[in-house]
Amino acid sequence: MIQVENLTKYYHDFRAVDQISFDVKKGEILGLLGPNGAGKTTTLRMLTGYFLPSSGTIRVKNYSIGDNLLTVKNLMGYLPESAPLYRNMLIYDYLDYVAKIRGLTRDERLARIRHLADLCGLKEIMHKPIDELSRGLKQRVGLAHAMMNDPEILILDEPTSGLDPNQIAEIRTIIRHIGKEKTVILSTHILSEVEVTCDRVVILNRGKIVADDHTENLIKWAGRDHFIYLSLLKAAFPEVEKELTEIDGITAIKHLDETEDDMLKLRLTCKATMDIRENIYQTIKKSAWILMEFYRETQNLETIFRELTEEN
Amino acid sequence: MSQIVHIFSKELKDYFISPIAYIVISVFLLVTGWFFFSTFFLFDQADLRSFFNLLPITFSFVIPAVTMRLFAEELNVGSYETLFTLPVTLLDIVIGKFLAGVAFVIAMLLPTLFYPIFVTFFGELDWGPVFGGYVGAVFLGAAFSAIGLFASALTRNQIIAFIVGMTICFSLTVIDKMLFFFPRVLLGVITYLGIDLHFQNISKGVVDSRDIVYFLSIIFIGLYAAHLAMEKKE
Repeated sequence: MIQVENLTKYYHDFRAVDQISFDVKKGEILGLLGPNGAGKTTTLRMLTGYFLPSSGTIRVKNYSIGDNLLTVKNLMGYLPESAPLYRNMLIYDYLDYVAKIRGLTRDERLARIRHLADLCGLKEIMHKPIDELSRGLKQRVGLAHAMMNDPEILILDEPTSGLDPNQIAEIRTIIRHIGKEKTVILSTHILSEVEVTCDRVVILNRGKIVADDHTENLIKWAGRDHFIYLSLLKAAFPEVEKELTEIDGITAIKHLDETEDDMLKLRLTCKATMDIRENIYQTIKKSAWILMEFYRETQNLETIFRELTEEN
Repeated sequence: MSQIVHIFSKELKDYFISPIAYIVISVFLLVTGWFFFSTFFLFDQADLRSFFNLLPITFSFVIPAVTMRLFAEELNVGSYETLFTLPVTLLDIVIGKFLAGVAFVIAMLLPTLFYPIFVTFFGELDWGPVFGGYVGAVFLGAAFSAIGLFASALTRNQIIAFIVGMTICFSLTVIDKMLFFFPRVLLGVITYLGIDLHFQNISKGVVDSRDIVYFLSIIFIGLYAAHLAMEKKE
């Protein structure tokens, strides 16, 4: 459906998006995940034709976005971040305007607006000015705006940011519902959202793709390892490292920053299939180290995200 | 083409939803009305010359106030992104917004038709120059609207858009009255650049292709510059 190749975007000297490539298949819900400033919005803006890429190509259904912008715009529905709509218009007038620009005839317009008002829960407030709406309602109007032409591709930039938990749940239900037939690309920095709504995740960091996989695979991959955190007193790192590496099942030992005086903080990466806590305890017992802290953390999407997007 | 019509009618409706339109029209009528009637009885002439003479100056303040929001507000709110990702081209947007500005100027001029009707009560009015004057006023209004639209495309701040637009319009109006500041070789060019002279020509009822070409060029340059400014926005 969408092929992105070596997409790069510069703002003056700053490289906001750096040589990213990915494909989106028909009927897929793709989550674009990343910390603030990772290049999510910039990527979406290039996909919708709002920004021109500095280099690289985007093809939508074999139409190049540079040469067939209008055709591509007709295939897409886009909701920009925080739904910037005309503030002084009434919801109905606004949706009617969008429908006219989308080229719907009079009868189609009425039917379509009625359908979308139902779907997005706008029925009772169609006569209100957009100005007076809460964030959540505005977001729903934005969603109706994006779906006006029944687009094959729906692109949503942070559709749930700033909403309360009930509204988030509602919007997610709508997205899941649409995602059954349509291709959806959404950006977010909320991990649970990806877990709940997306089939596939692309994680961006500093303009680069650091992970691109199906959500299940990523979660499975996340469950592969456990972390064990240790804090020791009267211990030197080289010695501890030497002793601990002899334990079977530890794949990595990382020396964390020494925040408190003399305290040695470690993070051990272990295979999730073996429980080696006892072995570690025995090793510590044999030595002269004093154990101050010892806890295990199972990896999830969040820890993966942090690991991939952490500042070095 | 239909996109231009939709954008045009939306923008025009927008004007009359907000109170700004009524304020601008009131101010315009107040200023022109005062200048017209304060001298009308002194000169004892049944014509609209005093109204049309001052129109370029009044327009250079009023029209940038009309056009300042066209792009600046959209850029400020961010709604430009929602508009541009609909199946429209930048050209549709520029022309639609420009025509809405021109239509508003015409709506603003309509109540002033009361002046010539008023004059006919006092004397024999020659309708030729009045007709020419209104044709000229529409050309003038269109040219200033194009300039105002360009100023609005430069910034997301409406006040800056107004000041930039006003400065350009006002300069064009008074430049041929400042000839003593310019070297002799440029005098011909500067005189041609002044908008007032061309407007006065048309409003005398003399329709010269040179004046028409002048106004059309200003409109074209203004719209082209607005198009360029928006294109470079990202």
